[in-house]
Amino acid sequence: MSAIEKDAGIHATRREVLKSGAALTIAMWLPGGSARATDADATKAGTFVPNAFVRIAEDSTVTVLSKHVEMGQGAYTGLATIVAEELDADWDQIRVEGAPADAKLYNNLAFGPFQGTGGSTAIANSYDQLKQAGATARAMLVTAAANRWNVPANEITIASGVVQHKSGKSARFGELVADAAKLPVPTDVKPKDPSTYNRIGKSAPRVDSKAKSTGTAIFTQDIKLPGMLTAVVAHPPRFGGKVKSFDASKAKQIKGVMSVVAFETPARAGVAVVATDFWAAKKGRDALSVEWDESNAFKQSSEQMLQEYRELTKQPGDIAKQEGDVEKAFASAARTFEAIYEFPYLAHAAMEPMNCVVQIGQGSCEVWNGEQFQTADQMNIAKLLGIAPKDVKINQLYAGGSFGRRANPASDYLVETAAIAKAMGTNDPVKLVWTREDDTQAGYFRPMYVHWLKAGVDAKGKIIAWQHRIVGQSITRGTIFDSKGKIDNTSVEGAQNLPYRIPNLQVELHTTEPNVPVLWWRSVGSTHTAFSTECFLDDIARETRQDPYALRRSLLERHPRHLAVLDLAAEKSGWKKKRAADEFFGIALHESFNSVVAQVAKLKKTPNGPKLVNVVCAVDCGIAVNPNIVAMQMESGIGYGLSAALMGAVTLKEGRVEQGNFDDYPVLRINEMPAVETHIVPSRNKPTGVGEPGTPVIAPALANALAQLDGKPTRSLPLSAQGVKLA
Amino acid sequence: MITLDINGQKLQTDAEPDTPLLWVLRDHLGMTGSKFGCGKALCGACTVHIDGNATRSCVLPVSAVTASKITTIEAVGQSKVGKAVQDAWIAEDVPQCGYCQSGQIMSATALLTTNNKPTDADIDAAMSGNICRCATYVRIRAAIKRAAGSLTT
Repeated sequence: MSAIEKDAGIHATRREVLKSGAALTIAMWLPGGSARATDADATKAGTFVPNAFVRIAEDSTVTVLSKHVEMGQGAYTGLATIVAEELDADWDQIRVEGAPADAKLYNNLAFGPFQGTGGSTAIANSYDQLKQAGATARAMLVTAAANRWNVPANEITIASGVVQHKSGKSARFGELVADAAKLPVPTDVKPKDPSTYNRIGKSAPRVDSKAKSTGTAIFTQDIKLPGMLTAVVAHPPRFGGKVKSFDASKAKQIKGVMSVVAFETPARAGVAVVATDFWAAKKGRDALSVEWDESNAFKQSSEQMLQEYRELTKQPGDIAKQEGDVEKAFASAARTFEAIYEFPYLAHAAMEPMNCVVQIGQGSCEVWNGEQFQTADQMNIAKLLGIAPKDVKINQLYAGGSFGRRANPASDYLVETAAIAKAMGTNDPVKLVWTREDDTQAGYFRPMYVHWLKAGVDAKGKIIAWQHRIVGQSITRGTIFDSKGKIDNTSVEGAQNLPYRIPNLQVELHTTEPNVPVLWWRSVGSTHTAFSTECFLDDIARETRQDPYALRRSLLERHPRHLAVLDLAAEKSGWKKKRAADEFFGIALHESFNSVVAQVAKLKKTPNGPKLVNVVCAVDCGIAVNPNIVAMQMESGIGYGLSAALMGAVTLKEGRVEQGNFDDYPVLRINEMPAVETHIVPSRNKPTGVGEPGTPVIAPALANALAQLDGKPTRSLPLSAQGVKLA
Repeated sequence: MITLDINGQKLQTDAEPDTPLLWVLRDHLGMTGSKFGCGKALCGACTVHIDGNATRSCVLPVSAVTASKITTIEAVGQSKVGKAVQDAWIAEDVPQCGYCQSGQIMSATALLTTNNKPTDADIDAAMSGNICRCATYVRIRAAIKRAAGSLTT
């Protein structure tokens, strides 16, 4: 194991925590026996199906089955790139299809016996698996050609989808399909060495660009089935509310309204108006009169919760990490610093409001969804309907964004759709459509957090002690991913594995339990820990008159990967060069999902306020399977993180969510987006995540630049609530 | 029955007159390229052209557009500008999740139809009504410039 691999493996990552929690729970219900792909295409005559991930047809098209959802992150393209590399296929012959739900064939190897997408693992966990799948398919095509041409297999080459022999014989894949399909599947094929790659590491175009540029890509919202009805719902105004009674008489007068049903799921209760189309259902929902039972509803305001969280930071929490003795070190420190950081609840606000199509059959159920958590969703729907999880068939569609929202251990909106279909008592397919307001207010927020940090430096300004106390809800508690211990790793990740060498280090956690549904939100714990740690470090640098880049460098001796990324960002941004009087740079560095990202935010002072002109981003994500998609994900992560930093906040007033749509939950628009340049550290290590790691770094980079400009540290997000607005 | 002129075709619908055009397109006429994102003309995912102008169809009652020429993402590629925009979108690999991109393309096409050399400020003004949560904005800007270049050379 190289030093770099060791570096990445030191701390328990979220995926390991997920794996341990999920493995315990899922193993209890997985049926025994072996499974095979059974969909019609796979068994169709004339198709070569060497394994669960590759199908080659007589027309030479290669279909890659993606066990991961395509929700924007580029998984379909990246996964297909790996197969195309091993097959030496031409990019034009590649197709990608969403795999069916089957945890035996398509589990996420980072999650254990569980099919799902998350934790920026799609490429990382599939890399070896798809290399093997592609290499095996290739070997069988080669054997089929060798047999047909009566030549040694080792004299056969493949380039751009053409199988060739030096004698001049050649064949397209399709011509060899029938023969290859009759061969035994070899188990000892050796995939390519990375030094021989000719596709991985280059930027093939996305497989989904055309469909998504012509309006032909099909999302859940676009599904139309014969006899399908549309449901629009009334949710309780407060979390934990129940339906006491409802009056549907006015709703039922609306043309197109078919029925009005109450439902209750483990996630929430409500009343659904089911109609022939969305507009009728929405008018029906708006005409509904519901009396809610709020006896057990959550009625606190977020302002009041914030006060309680601030108080909790004054008390010792459960120990997440302890090295040395912080108290002793503080006592001997020349100076100490303290800061409190506050983070609001955040909504994911994917472009496609949550929706789902369900059709209940006899002892079975069919689902259409942009599906991120197949195994949990099968379990939860099966439980509601009293059927076996394997009898929940899931049709994979494109997802109109997710950012964590669709990976819900409670399967909330899917189970809600099934509950409505069940309450209807018919076999009609039902499409649940949430409005934007439903989507914003239904919860599963990034939790609210308050952090307290204290650091001590010696007379030379060297940091000798660091104490970090985090207060907030656990994302995994009570779910199948609950580690059952006192420390939820997703609350402290990024803080407990601080890369900086500080001899006395203590991280503590207070886990609160308000009845507000919470969930992972693009980059999870790092959404808050990257901000507090990287901003606090800049505070110390400012107070001790050290350059923020140089200070970080001095503390990274045990982390060569971090150092290389930091240096690359500094070099490409011209950190050491003289800046113009109106230019202010902020730097931040953070590791998440085994990738390391550094960003330099470049601010320019203008008469209309500071303008974020440019973000220079450096990333080490191992081998960049498709550098263009890595760059896209850095741009996307920066935009998503910037949106939250500038203006994202969900607040509660006596339990009610105060925001509903993009007017009161504003998000980043094109005029607010900086230019982004991405630089990838060359690497021969296996790929690590890219979907999330760009997200958490921008907020501290920006805040650190703002502090350079006016000397004022940012201690609470979003910036808009602090009166900070960018030009 | 209401008769509409959509993508050069006369189409009839029995939708209620107050139904927003978006839902007539999606639920009644089976044209699902225009997307539902907010229902309040705040996000632009539903953008279509009404007599050539980029318009949010989610708040536009169908009864208001019976005398108008409606163009949607399904047919925008039939125009020179629309085709150039779609080609540029593909060349720049703009889409990520893709849900907002029909609306983005409709807004960009309307912009380039009236302004074939937009500045960054023009792009901001024309495109800031279209939200992309994947923040593909850097590439949207590049694609608009690419399309503009392809149309003027």
